[in-house]
Amino acid sequence: MDVLPLMVALPMAGGFLLPLVPKKRSLVTDVVAVALALALAVIALSLIGSPDRAYHMGGWTAPIGINLVLDGTSKLMLAVIAVVTFSVVLYCPTYMTRFTGKRKFYSLFLMMIAGMNGVVLTGDLFNLFVFLEIASIASYALVAFGCERDELEASFRYLVLGSVASYFLLFGIALLYAKLGTVNMAHLSQKIAEVGGLAGGDVVAAGKASPLLVFATVLFICGLGLKAALVPFHAWLPDAHPSAPTPISAMLSGLLIKAIGVYALARVLFSVIGVHEGGAVSTVLMGLGAVSMILGVLLAVAQWDYKRLLAYHSISQIGYVVLGIGLATPLGVAAGLFHLLNHAVFKSLLFLNAGAVEYRTGTRELGEMGGLNKKMPVTGATSFLASMSIAGIPPFNGFFSKLLIIVACFQAGRWGYALIAVVVSVLTLASFLKVQKYAFFGPLKEKWQNIREVPVLMAASMVLLAVLCLATSVLAFKLFDKDGLEQGLRNDRFLGAAQRSLTDREGYVTRALSPAVEFKPTSTDGTDDGT
Amino acid sequence: MKNLAAEEREGMSVIVGTVTHWVCAFIILYGLYIVAYGHLTPGGGFAGGVILACGFMILMLAFGKRRLVSMLPISRAAMLDCVGAFLFWLLAFGGMLFVGNVFFKNFLPHGGRLRLWSAGIIPLCNVAIALKVTASLVLALVALSVLRVKAGGSDEEFITDIDEE
Amino acid sequence: MVYLLCLVLFAIGLYGVLTQRNLIKIIISLAVAESAINIFLVLLGYRVNGTAPIEEGTLEQHAAFVNASVDPLPQAMVLTAIVIGVGVLALSMVIAMRLYHRYGTYDITKIRKLRG
Repeated sequence: MDVLPLMVALPMAGGFLLPLVPKKRSLVTDVVAVALALALAVIALSLIGSPDRAYHMGGWTAPIGINLVLDGTSKLMLAVIAVVTFSVVLYCPTYMTRFTGKRKFYSLFLMMIAGMNGVVLTGDLFNLFVFLEIASIASYALVAFGCERDELEASFRYLVLGSVASYFLLFGIALLYAKLGTVNMAHLSQKIAEVGGLAGGDVVAAGKASPLLVFATVLFICGLGLKAALVPFHAWLPDAHPSAPTPISAMLSGLLIKAIGVYALARVLFSVIGVHEGGAVSTVLMGLGAVSMILGVLLAVAQWDYKRLLAYHSISQIGYVVLGIGLATPLGVAAGLFHLLNHAVFKSLLFLNAGAVEYRTGTRELGEMGGLNKKMPVTGATSFLASMSIAGIPPFNGFFSKLLIIVACFQAGRWGYALIAVVVSVLTLASFLKVQKYAFFGPLKEKWQNIREVPVLMAASMVLLAVLCLATSVLAFKLFDKDGLEQGLRNDRFLGAAQRSLTDREGYVTRALSPAVEFKPTSTDGTDDGT
Repeated sequence: MKNLAAEEREGMSVIVGTVTHWVCAFIILYGLYIVAYGHLTPGGGFAGGVILACGFMILMLAFGKRRLVSMLPISRAAMLDCVGAFLFWLLAFGGMLFVGNVFFKNFLPHGGRLRLWSAGIIPLCNVAIALKVTASLVLALVALSVLRVKAGGSDEEFITDIDEE
Repeated sequence: MVYLLCLVLFAIGLYGVLTQRNLIKIIISLAVAESAINIFLVLLGYRVNGTAPIEEGTLEQHAAFVNASVDPLPQAMVLTAIVIGVGVLALSMVIAMRLYHRYGTYDITKIRKLRG
């Protein structure tokens, strides 16, 4: 039995069933959620070794049916989503004792996971929209979960902006369907290549491209860019991420903006529309990435609210990822994907730390904290590790991914972007040194004399993510082959495979349209599938 | 209708109530027809479910919230909601269990062309979806109207008209 | 030409989202924009003098039916999009109601506890 659809089906089943659990036995919901997250993590990690394939749902082969495509990029994203989700779910049971309605929380949480897994796996553009909406609607409800004033306001703003972005995406899909007659991504890719693409992606020749295709590309960048919180579409993020309950902040900032934002954008632009190095789309992506980096870190340096500062840093680091991916060279794309993985790990850890501090002290203002290292050693240590990771200090994973992005910029001849990346990294370091100084080091304030460390499960999840911060830097070592980074990328089976799947458009088409599932066709009489 | 004073009586007048009694049955029957013939004529699970939910809503508009909640308690609607969704999931998963490998496969026998008993799992999917949509919409509309909201209230003053669990 | 009207409707919806001050009016503008996109998607499948995509005949008339009917795929897509829109609308209504409870007003310029 192929486990691929289980990645979407299992969390959905959990999401449907959990509200049925009676209120007295809410411990069952915790156990079920953790078990499901563990099962998903095991399946995702086992899928890394399995061959790339397409799974045709319902037996209908693409492009008539909807197919799920498993290639290197999907494997990377599935692994990231599953492992970080498991760590965050460990954090949930003790943190959520402050809220009522635990069953509904887990139900929405699992639906969000199902949506993200669906976005990562699907091979059909409209199906991508549907799963993106599932994940987004679940996240709107989760941001508003505590029903405090700022949570509701942030959720409303996020809802309106997110919906407008989804309508842009749907409009783009409608335009592509109008011109090319299909919504299957691989089939679209074939047809766009026949039509001539964006005129080879050359900036000079962009005037010769079909205007409808250019309009659709712009709509995709606007719509999916808002989901990915690129500047100038970032306005919802600094309100939504701090106000949400902490596990949700970690999930949103660590996974959602990447799975449904950056991954969807990369998949649509690379595999369907086609990005060439030095072309118009590549330039736009790099420009947006650079602006996000600068604006995010400049606005973050001035913040005194712990979680809001982390939210602005999310914008900045997503700028790094989009810059790397926008370079469209093999090293650039691989570096961008590596930074995506790293950011998922250390940003979730940072948000969980902020939540732990808030859980014990009740405040998010940096000015009121001080010397928490003496009372909360685990939180302080993991926070120190995560801060060093995001600032790019060796031997943590952030250093390697940022180094690779900067090296990729140099190799592509983009000196300006490399300089921007270095400067932003220095500013990030400054910002996190401020956080560490005011929150954890320094003299212990009077009112914090009696606080204790966070409960075991919360501490365990933070330690798990901290260990991952160190462990994922191993992935970078495999790229340093003796023949140079390019050769190391070609031989690598995790990051290199992810990069190859994204940039190789013809390979995606052949893989996605292959009839991989053997079934005995029953005698159908040609009736169409009614809704 | 009980003989209540004008302020206490919920819902609308006697004429509206009587007509609603008659009309509501037709609406629910029509909704069931749309659901059952979903694989042959336009409609199906979602549209039929919306019509069924409207049938219930007419009852609430004409007779007041308490009458509707006494017929369909909130907890019951929530349970039906989840059951409907899980039924749909089971039908999709059944393709995986029974036929071998394929998620969502239409594994029940396809009957004769354009007959009522045809098209495999699609009519069953329609029923499950209609169940979920009806329960969800009734729940959503009851939740929107049952909660009595006071402007500018604080946490403790958030009162509900009918006990929600 | 009719596609242009759909775009105009979408622009009206976007204008409402951007400029209205009342929460409920913002939600209604969002619904208008969503309807515009759905109408655009359905109209893409239109074929001049086409029939509705409901089969009624025998198997021999199938080929003629396929040539004469409008495209059913956008209709299926729009059904899904409408359901998604209903979900978003219901959620936004509940959030607006809870906001009214907290702040006492539907005016978005007064609901400004969070800085920019």
